Amino acid sequence: MKRILSVLMENAPGSLSRIVGVFSQRGYNVDSLCVAPTDDKSLSRVTITTQADDKVIEQITKQVNKLIDVLKVVDLTDGSHVERELMLIKVATRSELVRSEIHRNVDIFRAQIVDVDSTNYTIQVTGTSDKLDAFAHTLGQTTEIIEASRTGICGLARGEKALRP
Amino acid sequence: MEMMSGAAMVVRTLKDIGVKHVFGYPGGAVLDIYDALYAQTDVEHVLVRHEQAAAHMADGYARSTGLTGTVLVTSGPGATNTLTGIATAYMDSIPMVILSGQVPSKHIGEDAFQETDMVGCSRPIVKHSFLVKRAIDIPEAIAKAFYIASTGRPGPVVVDLPKDIVNVAEEHPYVFPTDVTMRSYNPTLKGHNKQIKKAVSTLLEAKRPVIYVGGGAVISEASALVTEIAEKLQAPVTSTLMGLGAFSSTHDQFVGMLGMHGRLEANKAMHNADCILALGARFDDRVTNNVEKFCPHATIIHVDIDPASISKTIAVHIPVVGSVDKVAEQLLEQMGKVDAKAQKAKLADWWQQVNQWRERDCLAYQKDSKLIKPQEVIESLYKHTKGEAYVSSDVGQHQMFAALYYPFAKPRRWINSGGLGTMGFGLPAAMGVQMAHPDAISAVVTGDGSIQMNIQELATCLQYNLPIKIISLNNRALGMVRQWQDMIYKGRHSHSYMDSMPDFVKLAEAYGHVGIRVTDPAELDDAMARCFAMKDRLVFMDIEIDQNEHVYPMQIKFGAMDDMRLSKTERT
Repeated sequence: MKRILSVLMENAPGSLSRIVGVFSQRGYNVDSLCVAPTDDKSLSRVTITTQADDKVIEQITKQVNKLIDVLKVVDLTDGSHVERELMLIKVATRSELVRSEIHRNVDIFRAQIVDVDSTNYTIQVTGTSDKLDAFAHTLGQTTEIIEASRTGICGLARGEKALRP
Repeated sequence: MEMMSGAAMVVRTLKDIGVKHVFGYPGGAVLDIYDALYAQTDVEHVLVRHEQAAAHMADGYARSTGLTGTVLVTSGPGATNTLTGIATAYMDSIPMVILSGQVPSKHIGEDAFQETDMVGCSRPIVKHSFLVKRAIDIPEAIAKAFYIASTGRPGPVVVDLPKDIVNVAEEHPYVFPTDVTMRSYNPTLKGHNKQIKKAVSTLLEAKRPVIYVGGGAVISEASALVTEIAEKLQAPVTSTLMGLGAFSSTHDQFVGMLGMHGRLEANKAMHNADCILALGARFDDRVTNNVEKFCPHATIIHVDIDPASISKTIAVHIPVVGSVDKVAEQLLEQMGKVDAKAQKAKLADWWQQVNQWRERDCLAYQKDSKLIKPQEVIESLYKHTKGEAYVSSDVGQHQMFAALYYPFAKPRRWINSGGLGTMGFGLPAAMGVQMAHPDAISAVVTGDGSIQMNIQELATCLQYNLPIKIISLNNRALGMVRQWQDMIYKGRHSHSYMDSMPDFVKLAEAYGHVGIRVTDPAELDDAMARCFAMKDRLVFMDIEIDQNEHVYPMQIKFGAMDDMRLSKTERT
């Protein structure tokens, strides 16, 4: 079962490697990882997506929480939440037919073309991971995908809940 | 404001924290710190012969006192040599601070001479680590390291010090931090009241309760409180390998160590219990045997300071996060006045059952052998030390014999590598014990395999006049490996023999100590008496024991706790 863990930690050297270390040394998977400083620059927020059942996620949460640099850990998938991922995808534009098909898909998925070259488009799309998968799949049926880069999931709990120190 | 070099700050900070002993070995990256050590007498440095031993010495020092052990080593191999010692301390929650030298900041990452990423290498086996980047940050980093190492669930903390920041030629203002608390680190010490109430009502209703004491009871100095709880509840008490001594092994409620090589009555009591109170124990695989079959009738109350230890291997019913001492106080308060007599009467049937298991006398062994039995060596050690020794141990059969046949009446007297199972731990650990307790008896129970893993420390013992008593159970084999090969691999003794054994008596003498060889059971008692009569000398007892002896009882793999082999031919 997919789980999204949100971690608030000290923005200190080595903090991230300790969190990633917990996953590798205890045999848990990291599906995606998204990390950046928060509005308070002394803190970083890490969003980790993993596959785990209830027992394993409880252990992961406890082990991550145990790290000295970690202030808080929540499992966003525990409650209702908003999750987003961003993908940049570069596709070949070999013919007018392909270009117009790409444009149609960009409209349908509410994506944006952010860079254009004589032979390709670079498109930005945000949404849930499912949506990004679907968009990539659809483009793949129309033209050749040259490369893609995804940010991994980031998310926030809905409502008043917040991850603050 | 006092001005001093980074190197002087390292030593001064140790002094201001109250550190009396540092175990270490010099080298290029820490020469400045060693120079600062030279100029003072507040912090005594103990020079080992291998950095691994420095960590084990600091560990033995910490285990026997409750203080934080301190290690000082150079970069690269000096630092990596401590890793086994750090992992040993980490597994057993031992407070330790390791100060490691590092190449100058500007060379970090260049694969410079004697450079290793010590923070990276040690990351999975430390509680925390610091790479200090500026000299003025040294006092705070070291003070925080000691704070983290010694609070909550204790553990080792590495402080990596690049050579340029400890340069003796540059001076900086020294300020000892007054506050080392951190917003991200607040260990929970007191248990939740609701959980305490639940725990007490469950305990008082129980018909077949057992108290399962672990290393946490030793670490939090909770012996007296645990004993008070046990005496109020009148329940049988068992202990893990790490908890031995927290509840006196000579107390009549004690049913012995539990687990893989636990006593039959302890494992039986656990398996048949209707309520288990785990105090600072972690349901390790060497205790539980098959988790699917673990204590099927018991409501489990688990008190542990580390939330991650709760429900890790065994799902528990009443978790209580907190230190054993604080929670024990809460439990006692909640219990209020319990009528011990009534409680005893209520548990009469349970005790009758437990005493039946005890009557099986699972520790019995052949007494009329022509060969020395390891069990009788430990019993003789007990007799000649009046049960008062600090007994350190290496890892293997001798460790289990010591744990089973030396009844520890006090905490911090049994010093062994329980979690990691580190051969080579015993001698340096016993040295750390002796440094901390110069007037006490520090004995190490070891074997011909383990002792050779840090035997170079015999030189350190001479340098610092450490009159350790080495009780080496020499069976010319790696006994525990051999035992498993006998049981599981049809007696195919693959590389568990030692064909070219040194003459340990001559070896001890070569290092300037006394060696005694014993081969005849009739001479054992006398030899042991001579050994302990030499109060000021290190004595190496090379005791030739029966090579074919196995440690029993022993749990049967994949079985329940109480599925055990009782001898080479008998099973439960």
